[in-house]
Amino acid sequence: MGYPHKPHSRETVVLSKHFGEADARSYKGWVKRGGYRALERALATEPAKLIDTVKESGLRGRGGAGFPTGLKWSFMPREKKKPHYLCVNADESEPGTFKDREIMRWTPHALLEGTAIAAHAIQAEVAYIYIRGEFTEPWAAMEKALTEARAAKVFGGIQIYLHRGAGAYICGEETALMNSIEGKRGNPRIKPPFPAAAGLFGLPTTINNVETLAAVPHILTNGAAWYKGLSLSSPTSTGTKLFSVCGHVQQPGNYEVTMGFPLKDLVYELCGGMRPGHTLKACIPGGSSVPILDRAETESCLLDYEGVVERGSMLGSGGVIVFDESTDMVYQIMRLARFYAHESCAQCTQCREGTAWTTKILERILAGQGTLADLDLLLDLAENMTGKTICVLSDSCAAPVVSGIKKFKSEFEDYIAGRRKPVVVA
Amino acid sequence: MPDELITLTIDGVPVRVPKGTLVIEAAKQAGVLVPHYCYHPGLPVAGLCRMCLVEVEKAPKLQIACATQVAEGMAVHTQSTAAKDARRGVLELLLINHPLDCPICDQAGECELQDFTFQEGRSATRYSPDYPKRFNPVEDFGPDVLYVPNRCILCTRCVRFMEDVAKEPVLNVSERGDRAYIGIHSEARLDHPWAGNVVDLCPVGSLLSKDFLHKARAWELDKTASICTGCSQGCNIALDTRENVVVRVRPRSNLDVNRYFICDHGRMNYRWMNRGDRIEAPLVRRGSELHATDWDDAVARVATLLRGVGPRAVALVSAKVSTEALFLARELFRGHDWTGAFQVVMGEEAPLAGVPGLALRAERAPNAKGAELLGYGRGYGAALQAAERAAVVLVLDEPDVAVRSEGALIYVGTVLPEGARDAAVVLPIANVAEEDGTFVNRDGRVQRYSQAKPAPGMARPAWSVFSELGAALGHGEPAATAAEAFARLARSVDAFRGLGYEKLGFGGRPAAVTVAV
Repeated sequence: MGYPHKPHSRETVVLSKHFGEADARSYKGWVKRGGYRALERALATEPAKLIDTVKESGLRGRGGAGFPTGLKWSFMPREKKKPHYLCVNADESEPGTFKDREIMRWTPHALLEGTAIAAHAIQAEVAYIYIRGEFTEPWAAMEKALTEARAAKVFGGIQIYLHRGAGAYICGEETALMNSIEGKRGNPRIKPPFPAAAGLFGLPTTINNVETLAAVPHILTNGAAWYKGLSLSSPTSTGTKLFSVCGHVQQPGNYEVTMGFPLKDLVYELCGGMRPGHTLKACIPGGSSVPILDRAETESCLLDYEGVVERGSMLGSGGVIVFDESTDMVYQIMRLARFYAHESCAQCTQCREGTAWTTKILERILAGQGTLADLDLLLDLAENMTGKTICVLSDSCAAPVVSGIKKFKSEFEDYIAGRRKPVVVA
Repeated sequence: MPDELITLTIDGVPVRVPKGTLVIEAAKQAGVLVPHYCYHPGLPVAGLCRMCLVEVEKAPKLQIACATQVAEGMAVHTQSTAAKDARRGVLELLLINHPLDCPICDQAGECELQDFTFQEGRSATRYSPDYPKRFNPVEDFGPDVLYVPNRCILCTRCVRFMEDVAKEPVLNVSERGDRAYIGIHSEARLDHPWAGNVVDLCPVGSLLSKDFLHKARAWELDKTASICTGCSQGCNIALDTRENVVVRVRPRSNLDVNRYFICDHGRMNYRWMNRGDRIEAPLVRRGSELHATDWDDAVARVATLLRGVGPRAVALVSAKVSTEALFLARELFRGHDWTGAFQVVMGEEAPLAGVPGLALRAERAPNAKGAELLGYGRGYGAALQAAERAAVVLVLDEPDVAVRSEGALIYVGTVLPEGARDAAVVLPIANVAEEDGTFVNRDGRVQRYSQAKPAPGMARPAWSVFSELGAALGHGEPAATAAEAFARLARSVDAFRGLGYEKLGFGGRPAAVTVAV
């Protein structure tokens, strides 16, 4: 499986610079490309200084929430009284997102280097990299890289372990991830306590996404100002971001652009536009959990944390799902809801029962047996599923339903009125 | 150092509670019960049913009262539109897969799903009858516990009890999403000695006691505060009676003794309270036979026997009778040289690992400590020997009695054992469910129990019998109530000094003397 495309001229390749280069996966190859120098310097630097640098760079979490990374690190106790842990979230399971997979496949040492720097910054002696169970190739690449890097003794006193997930979407939620590492059922925990106070094994813990940590060595090497300068828009959205584009575009794949890049250009230029003879209908810009954008919103959206929110959605994980006019939005939304119903951890009532009920209603509408009252019911359920649970899985199920009904209501009405051929869902 | 107090308002009512108190507990102080399912004060907080959502001023979202700690100046609104809508939403969701089989459910009438739905749920569901409801067959979890998954709301109280309190984590949540159910380890049974508590903890009719299955409707039951007689721990219990039959024993919370729990041994230890083969009238010996008589005759006979006792009296007592009875029995021998002894059946100790100081105790009697404080000894064998030469042997409800004596045997008890058939007089008494009284537990805590049903026939509380006998011997007026009997005890025995029924309340108080058992 080779890397599919050469960088487009409008990409800014930082993280993906060495994607596709088999040699970059080896320790030697990575060192040849300048690897592990940032780590070496970092290990000789005061943790507080590292945190300041990352704070200055404006780096924000790339897993979906966009929380400022330096600030997150600074929540860890400065004066260390107990062991600290770092967890790396490599459980990339968000439908439509496949950027972390490529980082681990092609540049495993970038992640290891970033992990060790972060561990040093938060004074953790142990870091766990929690890798999605289905990621067999990234797992193999990471395992090999870790063995080599360990042999080269580049991590100082820091121990890095790989931990393999077992196929639950919810384990990508940070507190569920910690439970899973502890050998428990992957249920999200109530907060407080926050992980920086009581996380993995009840000890101070920071959880960072793969892409976030892979960016850290570059920030140390090139400076916070350089990273901050990588922005076309807002000073609070800096650096580059990998966007995993899938759906009805000519060239799906990962594209690395600076924050503030127009979504329109990503779709029409970098991805080669829509399939011949087809037009853009809708787009989910940040992984399946965020509200759907219609065509006008998509074509006017800037890809940074603020820009996507302005259009009524979220940057999320950067998984861009593009739909053309042939898409049955009702069916797509049902598929998303079904995914969440399948993956709900079953703790919170709204999520356990709400995701499944939502799916049943959508299936019934598709089967031509829905009523107009079902649409109100869906919206009311979504309201009940938003902002009331331990984690945001139930919010994630509600988001596409609400935006879908708002923006594509006529498609629902067509099924309900019998104007559209029923779809019986298996 | 006293705890720092925090002032907040719950629905406008100001309350002051210690720092660290949860909003749901603070609300109780304001007289507000925030509806909830997964929260239980005896279990770790899970915060997952989302039923206790309340509005907290200045918080961006609704908060769960069970996991939110109080803060100075906090203003909580449990009845705001947003909070009520959220809870109504949870209730609707809890019911979409629920079978609504209340008419055949044991929990009906004491079901928190029924109660809160009635209180603030929707009058009708919006869940289409076309959708199938989740179905899983009933499972046999253990000796006394059935699991009805269709009624389960997955609050995980049972899982947390087994994991964190019993420390035997045999239950879990299996599967995900709306397919989830409570699973049991494939090689395990829910047979921990304290497992029955999961039935009480279950807020709905999902975990059922086989013992209580279809026995009574909750609204037919009368509940009486009592003390478990299963061992010397003195767990606080409620006796549930239906038409004067004890049909169930459940724990009554007492944070100093048993928190919210009782063991299965205690839970099942009630059938004897309903025995039909009771002594229903005083019996006196005429020749080789015992004949029924009235109380006056029986009391006069016993008084005659006791008057000539001299220094040769022996009392063999049960450690399952009230402190009042033990005291007044002793008083009959006032001024005489007497020997009093008891024996205790021993069994295996079964601690509840997660609650220090709580166990099914090896000593299977509720009042051994009381008997000791009143001067009864454990030298039962020696007392039996002494009985051989005694002029009078008084046996108080000790069924395992095989006394050989040249003197007169007075048997005071609930049933007539074989060994008491030679008695000169037999006096019928009430059992623990049929009288008021106190026990002293192994830690020296004096605790009251109340009468749950009438005694059969002419049987009377033992304290009353001994009090009458004392009066017949010229020791003054008989006590009219158990409280009065206790008051006499408290005046005369140092360990009980200063205590009284009112002061004991239903939580009990420590006796002044704590002698190691």
